Amino acid sequence: MSVLAPPEQAFLTEIRRIADEVAAPHAIEVDREARFPAETVQALRDVGALAAFVPAELGGGGVSFEALAAACFELGRRCGASAMVFAMHQIQVVTIVRHLDAGSWFEGYLRELTSEQRLIASVTSEVGTGGDMGRSVAAVTPAGEGTVSFEKQAPTVSYGTFADDLLTTLRRAPDADGGDQVLALTARGQHELETTGTWDPLGMRGTCSPGGVLRATLPAEQILATPFPAISAESMVPVSHILWSHLWLGIATDAFDRARAFVRASAKQKPGQPLPAATRLSHLMSELSMLRAEVSSGLREFCEASDTPGRERLSTMAAALRFNNLKLSASDQAPRVCQGALGVTGIVGFKNDTPFSVGRHLRDTMSACLMVANERIHETNASLLLIAKDV
Amino acid sequence: MPDAIRTIIQEHGRMPVDVSTLPDDADLYAAGMTSHASVNVMLALEDAFDIEFPDHMLKRSVFESFAEIRAALEELGAGAPA
Repeated sequence: MSVLAPPEQAFLTEIRRIADEVAAPHAIEVDREARFPAETVQALRDVGALAAFVPAELGGGGVSFEALAAACFELGRRCGASAMVFAMHQIQVVTIVRHLDAGSWFEGYLRELTSEQRLIASVTSEVGTGGDMGRSVAAVTPAGEGTVSFEKQAPTVSYGTFADDLLTTLRRAPDADGGDQVLALTARGQHELETTGTWDPLGMRGTCSPGGVLRATLPAEQILATPFPAISAESMVPVSHILWSHLWLGIATDAFDRARAFVRASAKQKPGQPLPAATRLSHLMSELSMLRAEVSSGLREFCEASDTPGRERLSTMAAALRFNNLKLSASDQAPRVCQGALGVTGIVGFKNDTPFSVGRHLRDTMSACLMVANERIHETNASLLLIAKDV
Repeated sequence: MPDAIRTIIQEHGRMPVDVSTLPDDADLYAAGMTSHASVNVMLALEDAFDIEFPDHMLKRSVFESFAEIRAALEELGAGAPA
């Protein structure tokens, strides 16, 4: 990771404090009750972290993308659900910031987001698209006097009822093709989210992501001018994959740390005796190193590609393959590390109430392969591999 | 060349509209060409014109319209379909 400037170090110090003092003590209850990590989000609001990536000239923290990724990692070490809520909010903020037109409505919005520390959730998945984020059914529909309306059926909306604002993918117009999409932002008061499902999942329970029907009416200026396909390729997809993989690495790192603490405790109890768990821990370290290397190189390559004029490199197939691959490998490797930690700790890690418990880590990371199903990404990659040259 | 490009998109673009009705600068993606279909269009163009699109040209904007595709083929020195 590149060297961070002092204000960014201060930001990360605050994030670590919140992770240790707020997210960690509530993590078990958030998981058990499948409830929103309200204390962590409030603590993040209190230090202005929800606007950390908003440019300083709009009042925000102006931290780098690297610092944001590091923050996801730090929160992930203490509470996977808190880290996921933070990451998903930041994906929306980063997307808006990277596609901001000077003088647009969104400039004023980012100022408000900063002063009010507004939380954004996204509504990108949709019933009837077979899990393809690149297609929509719901459409922007003219509603008179410069306003538009839409109704969208979403199979999951993470923390939707806790968010102040929603960023939603839609077809550009009622007669537009499914792939001709735009992004619309609606504030609480402009939309109504009717929850349609229940939420009792295996892991990432605190993200509170049941399905819902979203109905909204909004001024047309609240639609981002850049077409969604460009936003998706240059920002939303790679940024999602990078921030998610950082928090998955955070969860896996904590599972490894617990396994290591377990081995140290065992070694102290039986000094000088052979310790099979120590050898298993060494194997586990190689697995964790692979994950760490993939995650950090993904971040570095994204930052380099973002610096090319017009972000040219990010719109190539080679880039799509690169950042899809980050998601695939990190989502496979993170639960593998957690399972390895269980192999080291044995029954002590299997139990939910010991200092070495890794059950929540394993369950949380098992959601990784479902957040945009890995098989769908493999299908996309398989198609891109037919034509891409230098991968 | 323009007719050959249209024929390839008609055959491989799996467009929900009649390709012959689209103007030269029509946005093919907005007209319904999916990312998956566009890969087949690229493969067919490489085959028909006996060229290879380098990685920096393998992006959405290069295959967005008949005009853009023709410009890309000309840049690669493609002649008549092989």
